[in-house]
Amino acid sequence: MVAVLPSSGQTFQQGGGRRGRRITPYLLLLPGMAWLAVFFLIPLFSLAQTSLMQMRGASPDQGFVNAFNVANYTNSMQQFMAQYLRSFWYSGLATIFALLISYPLAYFIAFKSGRWKNLLLVLVVAPFFASFLIRTYAWRTILADDGWITTTISHLGLLPDNRILATPIAVVAGLTYNFLPFMTLPLYASLDRIDPRLIEAASDLYAKAFTGFRKVTFPLSLPGVVAGTLLTFIPAAGDYINAQLLGALQNKMIGNVIQSEFIDIRDYPTAAALSFVLLATILILVTVYVRRSGTEELL
Amino acid sequence: MSTKEAAPRPSTWHRTSRWIRNHLVVAYGLAALFYLFLPIAVVFAFSFNKPAGRQNSTWNQFSLDAWRNICFDPSMCTAVGLSLRIALIATTIATLLGTLIAFALVRHRFRGRALTNLLIFLPMATPEVVLGSSLLALFLNAGLPLGPVTITIAHIMFCISFVVVTVKARLQGMDPRLEEAAGDLYANERQTFRYVTLPLVAPGIAAAALLSFSLSFDDYIITNFNSGSTLTFPMYIWGAALRGIPPQVNVVGSIMFFGSLAIVLVAQLAGRARRKA
Amino acid sequence: MATAGRIEDLHIVRVTKSFGAFTAVDDLTLTIPGGSFFALLGPSGCGKTTTLRMVAGLEEPTAGQILLGDRDITTSRPYQRSINTVFQSYALFPHLDVFENVAFGLRRRGVKGDDVTKQVTSVLELVELASLARRKPGQLSGGQQQRVAVARALVNRPDVLLLDEPLGALDLKLRRQMQIELKRIQSEVGTTFIHVTHDQEEAMTMADTIAVMNAGVIEQMGAPAEMYDLPKTAFVANFLGQSNLVQGQITGQEGDLLVVRVPGGDVRVPVSRSADTTGSLVVGVRPEKLRVANGNEANVNRVRGRVLDVSFIGVSTQYTLETPWDPERPVTCFEQNDEGAPDVKPGDTLELVWEYAYTFGLDGDEDLEAGTQFLGESSTDDEDE
Repeated sequence: MVAVLPSSGQTFQQGGGRRGRRITPYLLLLPGMAWLAVFFLIPLFSLAQTSLMQMRGASPDQGFVNAFNVANYTNSMQQFMAQYLRSFWYSGLATIFALLISYPLAYFIAFKSGRWKNLLLVLVVAPFFASFLIRTYAWRTILADDGWITTTISHLGLLPDNRILATPIAVVAGLTYNFLPFMTLPLYASLDRIDPRLIEAASDLYAKAFTGFRKVTFPLSLPGVVAGTLLTFIPAAGDYINAQLLGALQNKMIGNVIQSEFIDIRDYPTAAALSFVLLATILILVTVYVRRSGTEELL
Repeated sequence: MSTKEAAPRPSTWHRTSRWIRNHLVVAYGLAALFYLFLPIAVVFAFSFNKPAGRQNSTWNQFSLDAWRNICFDPSMCTAVGLSLRIALIATTIATLLGTLIAFALVRHRFRGRALTNLLIFLPMATPEVVLGSSLLALFLNAGLPLGPVTITIAHIMFCISFVVVTVKARLQGMDPRLEEAAGDLYANERQTFRYVTLPLVAPGIAAAALLSFSLSFDDYIITNFNSGSTLTFPMYIWGAALRGIPPQVNVVGSIMFFGSLAIVLVAQLAGRARRKA
Repeated sequence: MATAGRIEDLHIVRVTKSFGAFTAVDDLTLTIPGGSFFALLGPSGCGKTTTLRMVAGLEEPTAGQILLGDRDITTSRPYQRSINTVFQSYALFPHLDVFENVAFGLRRRGVKGDDVTKQVTSVLELVELASLARRKPGQLSGGQQQRVAVARALVNRPDVLLLDEPLGALDLKLRRQMQIELKRIQSEVGTTFIHVTHDQEEAMTMADTIAVMNAGVIEQMGAPAEMYDLPKTAFVANFLGQSNLVQGQITGQEGDLLVVRVPGGDVRVPVSRSADTTGSLVVGVRPEKLRVANGNEANVNRVRGRVLDVSFIGVSTQYTLETPWDPERPVTCFEQNDEGAPDVKPGDTLELVWEYAYTFGLDGDEDLEAGTQFLGESSTDDEDE
């Protein structure tokens, strides 16, 4: 075998390779992060700028000038406080209902479904491939005033107005339904990772079924609960389609306001200010929530 | 009393409560599935309706008209076509960019990792109205005309984060020793990627692409801000709602549902067959 | 690739590897003879796996050189070296079947068609897995996976085969079987095997040369029996088997024997087996060299003590005694039960004797406790460093 002594050329190449490896991650990051910077971060700055603009004349139609008009925030918040609070109320309720529906479902798939596991997972996700809007219109049909669900519940005397459509119930039901897979899938993922022997160990150590669940299963599934509630709450809080299609005028959420201020009224500063308050509130809530539940690695 | 009867047997109550406990979760699961599928059943059923008036919301008469003549309103089929094209382009680009980021995050050490993770997380924590409106503000300031291009840009933007999260999870589940083993067995970096990393990460990338596609195809809120007068399929439905949604929309919804179900099931069966072979 | 005939030596020359402030391997120099079955033995975190990874090319040394024969391979990439690794937990490619796993290295090196089939088949026969060629790794047992990992590395006919705790994940019975199997394979192919392990029994069973590594440096290197008989440091005395050690002072010399004063009397150590001839000395003897005195021995070392514990183990009986040597460190004796066990109970006083020739003397500065903290370390620990 020929002895190959390290030539200077080889050493150089090696050095180059190592330097190459150091910049590789940045090359990999560059295109995607540039996209996010240009089409996500810069627009946010753009939005911030817009939120501080001032009307040129007496009506939005005359355009806006750059300013530092903080009053946009106070005025719009005063005007739309009701919709703002309602958004968090509805989306909070929807998140809780989605958790109550999804947890047993995810538990069932993870531990009780045996060889049907994959099929069930597909079935859980499949309805959401039929368009969001089509599904929501279908709920309109299902919850219609003369539909069997409304008439049945109404006969039981449980509905004060004898209707579901155009009430908060319909809006929350729609939100719950539409974001359900965002709750079910993370829950399933975290439950599926739990070693069933841990649950057996709990019952071996004299934990009653429910105690075992409370002390072992639930804490171990917490990352899934946190991820699921976030993935449900965030889009629900900003949604306006459910309120628009299933609710009445007095069920409008902050998303409806932002949408109409931007697209119909074209009062860009007000819409931008409302967007910013919504984003800031969600980020604060998310941070506090994640900190308190001790699952920061999710971020 | 005979000794036979004296043998201890679980009480009827005990057995019943046990049966209920064992089957409660199953019953609950089935109820949840019923809830999930109720709107789909309605969509499917009403695709066979011949509406009496404009609104396709009360049952009138069974008919195959909508299925026979899907493009009764040509603008609907144009909208579906446009949505498919946008979804395809957005998925391709977002999957590529997101996968690269996921590789950087999992396979490399670098400064600015925390910042990168934050920039990936933020778009997912931002409500769609804010994403849509802020992009609109940018496009208006930049004087970019709204249309298919701005829609595609927006879709790529919100899909990237979902791709990163999905592919990252798959990569993290992969033993780094497999790549070391490939290097040890005379595969250079490119061959290691081609023969070991890529085949093992492929299911994650496929899942990310599928997710991106459905997010893009289905998006209304962000598109509504950035579409100008362009009509994607969700935009068409929203507009049609005012004059009455034709049953053809239900047909397209049903096809999307059964189509995606078929794709996933075939992929699963193929995977199982491959494992058995 | 191995040349016909001579197999080249592997030289590790003054290699240091630091991770930040932590030095995993410290100025290590080592020559591993070509064709040997070499064991790198040490407790978790001693730097043995890091050494192995540097030889494989998976880590780059902070300083120093690694040579195969006279080729410097210090900075060449893993795929540029004719060195293959059997990874801890095997790292078999889950998406490829057994055949393709084994063929992986051949295909990367451009071997084509029939040659691949021929070579893979013959190496699978060597590890007795030819019938499972089309199985996926997930369908194999631990022992079978282990043999695929060996075949996958060996098929490339490397100059050196590295084994990183290859038996750690197997149960005791299978591990014994695989030890014999690996030895057979090594003698059949003749390649240099470097085996990293923290199991001293495994190292002694398999290797023809052992290097005991501690805290980044080699404590001692040699043939297993030689090292067991004459350890050079307290760490080796305690880690490779067990030893009774006592601190003493050399008081004189009688021919080729040193007289050493220890608490409770004098002991004698052959000059040839002592690290020093003056000053302080740590005197040691293996537990199985001790026997219960019957009163008529001459020219032997003695120690008296109170019996703390007696355990009957079948072929032998283990006595633990508190002696004047050091009340904190009981003396252990494994007495063969060839003449029936004497009737001894805890609390009895017992005298133990051993031949001068079995005594060894270590440097007086040695820490008597070195290496003992790893005795409880289970040999099924699979993670290292």
